[in-house]
Amino acid sequence: MTAAAPKSPLLSVRGLVKHFPIKKGLFGKPSGYVRAVENVSFDVMPGETVGLVGESGCGKSTTGRMILRLIEPTAGTVEFDGINLLTLDARAMRKLRRRIQVIFQDPFSSLNPRMSVGSIIREGLTIHKIAEGAAADARVKQLLDEVGLRSEYMSRYPHEFSGGQRQRIGIARALAVEPQFIVCDEPVSALDVSVQAQVINLMQDLQRDRGLAYLFIAHDLSVVEHIADRVAVMYLGKIVELATSAELYREPLMPYTQALLSAVPVPDPTVKKSRVVLKGDVPSPANPPSGCVFHPRCQHPAKDAACTQIVPPLEEKSPGHWVACIKQPPTGVDWSVQKAAGATNPPTRYLPVIETPT
Amino acid sequence: MADPLLSVRDLRTFFYTENGVARSVDGVSFDISAGETVGLVGESGSGKSVTALSLMRLVRPPGRIEPGSQIVFDGVDLTALDEKAMRAIRGARLAMVFQEPMTALNPVFTVGDQIAEVVRVHHAGNKKEAWARAVKMLETVGIPSPEQRANEYPHQLSGGMRQRVVIAMALIMNPALVIADEPTTALDVTIQAQILELLRDLQQKFGTSILLITHDLGVVAETASRVIVMYGGEIVEEAPVGDLFARAHHPYTEGLLNAMPQVGHERERLATIPGTVPPPTKWPQGCRFHDRCPYAWDRCANEHPPLYQIGGGHVSRCHLAVEPERRAHKHEPMVVA
Repeated sequence: MTAAAPKSPLLSVRGLVKHFPIKKGLFGKPSGYVRAVENVSFDVMPGETVGLVGESGCGKSTTGRMILRLIEPTAGTVEFDGINLLTLDARAMRKLRRRIQVIFQDPFSSLNPRMSVGSIIREGLTIHKIAEGAAADARVKQLLDEVGLRSEYMSRYPHEFSGGQRQRIGIARALAVEPQFIVCDEPVSALDVSVQAQVINLMQDLQRDRGLAYLFIAHDLSVVEHIADRVAVMYLGKIVELATSAELYREPLMPYTQALLSAVPVPDPTVKKSRVVLKGDVPSPANPPSGCVFHPRCQHPAKDAACTQIVPPLEEKSPGHWVACIKQPPTGVDWSVQKAAGATNPPTRYLPVIETPT
Repeated sequence: MADPLLSVRDLRTFFYTENGVARSVDGVSFDISAGETVGLVGESGSGKSVTALSLMRLVRPPGRIEPGSQIVFDGVDLTALDEKAMRAIRGARLAMVFQEPMTALNPVFTVGDQIAEVVRVHHAGNKKEAWARAVKMLETVGIPSPEQRANEYPHQLSGGMRQRVVIAMALIMNPALVIADEPTTALDVTIQAQILELLRDLQQKFGTSILLITHDLGVVAETASRVIVMYGGEIVEEAPVGDLFARAHHPYTEGLLNAMPQVGHERERLATIPGTVPPPTKWPQGCRFHDRCPYAWDRCANEHPPLYQIGGGHVSRCHLAVEPERRAHKHEPMVVA
């Protein structure tokens, strides 16, 4: 995967920004901006799964919604198969939505309670004029079968189903229009462990059979590691690390990723973790810290004054492994530049040992 | 050995609904000793939260704790107490930490007032003393500048801080047992790590017993010394934590452990448990897990298994305990999705 021939990406996001104005009063001028997403760039290859992880408020869902244009970006470009989505008018965008679909987190609020399962799935077929009448019915039955539901369920309503079954309905709805790319926004977070595994397996099967690409947004790192080929870690609106799944979990270089990984509880009582417990909370995106946004909570031993001054670029530290940290060598931010910003500690490689079986 | 702090015997909590009687908790028995942390795991609908509410005597109609159930705490059967006597225990010797800190706190009172109120209700000090204790407790649970924070309202605090406030409220009377119902489920993983560390520290400091209810086996592995697994309103397995993870006996526990993706493990296909938890109004005949079980044979459909002793404090509600050779015959479960 790492040395794959340079194919052209299916989705290419460049410099995506979203600032939400903070307004005081009804007609008031914005008194500030919540910097929800700040200069996010990444690619998704055909058939690839890219995971987007981070904690509440890091901007991962906003990023997903901007790609779908459910939220209009403040700046940046989103190219899908060579088409710049952000310049499309509503009509052209609607047409393109046949190729880009979404699966939402909450299987309870994302299905219309007054529509039968059949009409929920059929809606996309009608809107995009893919099938009508008996042909549409046959297609709906086939889709239900593909997601592991009985075709008799067509005439039932969402409330008659469990959370896992509803998520399958949501997947069938997304698949109906035969998309190439699906934004999955926390698709298994609301499900129990055993049901979660069923849905993950289903999504992987569908991907293999149909060559789908996924942007898989989640806060659960173990799920993302399992399903994603590459993972982008977000913190306060920025991508702070991007690498193949295996590499990221073996060698997390951004101190935030290290803390995030070490915080995941291990279902094995014989493993004792030396945990990096972060102090405090995530700062407000309305008033992010200067320099590296992670510096107030960072545990890197070489952290110094330069980290509070220099915004770390997302650099390729080893092939395919991108990290935003000026203290993890190699870095293009010269020592002389760092010193000018008050640096006292030269970059040193820092990789805490997280798990040690006793 | 001294008597356990809490001894639950044949607890049955039923809900009388339009769709029939929901046997949410159906004959649960377990003990908790002083200073012990016991993990109670299960999926939605397994009966773990109703067990917690029953222990607190917070079950509301149409639900009720059935006659014959016993909850002996501190030598007193809680099921026999009237509401007034129960109120004296609830929040004092026996406290609860709820899952959702935003709904567990009252939005119109400051957090300091809410914690101090617990002290006042239990006649443990006047207004000034109660406030001072509240501030002290906020400091104990790791809230920076507690004097100032005590004067703030819940919406001014982050999720992690709110959960610390809820914990402060539960611990203010120095309870003997804290029931924590999914205390970290609503929190981000780095905040969860902070809260779990806090619970461990506080337990060491005060010697409190904790009943930790969770669906997350990782959380259990790191905090509990003993684990109880519930399914279908019953305990299906109970074991010391190391034993449970090394030698899960019940096929449901085995299924749960295999279904979890784990950081650092190779990317193979996840094992699943087909089907879903049945509704509590219609528990299956025989073993309640038999139609989803990959080992089930005719006995399982007909005979409700007792909790078999496996040794070393490990019990399992599975006929495999007496017919272990059946484990070699794995097959597709009966249920279809």
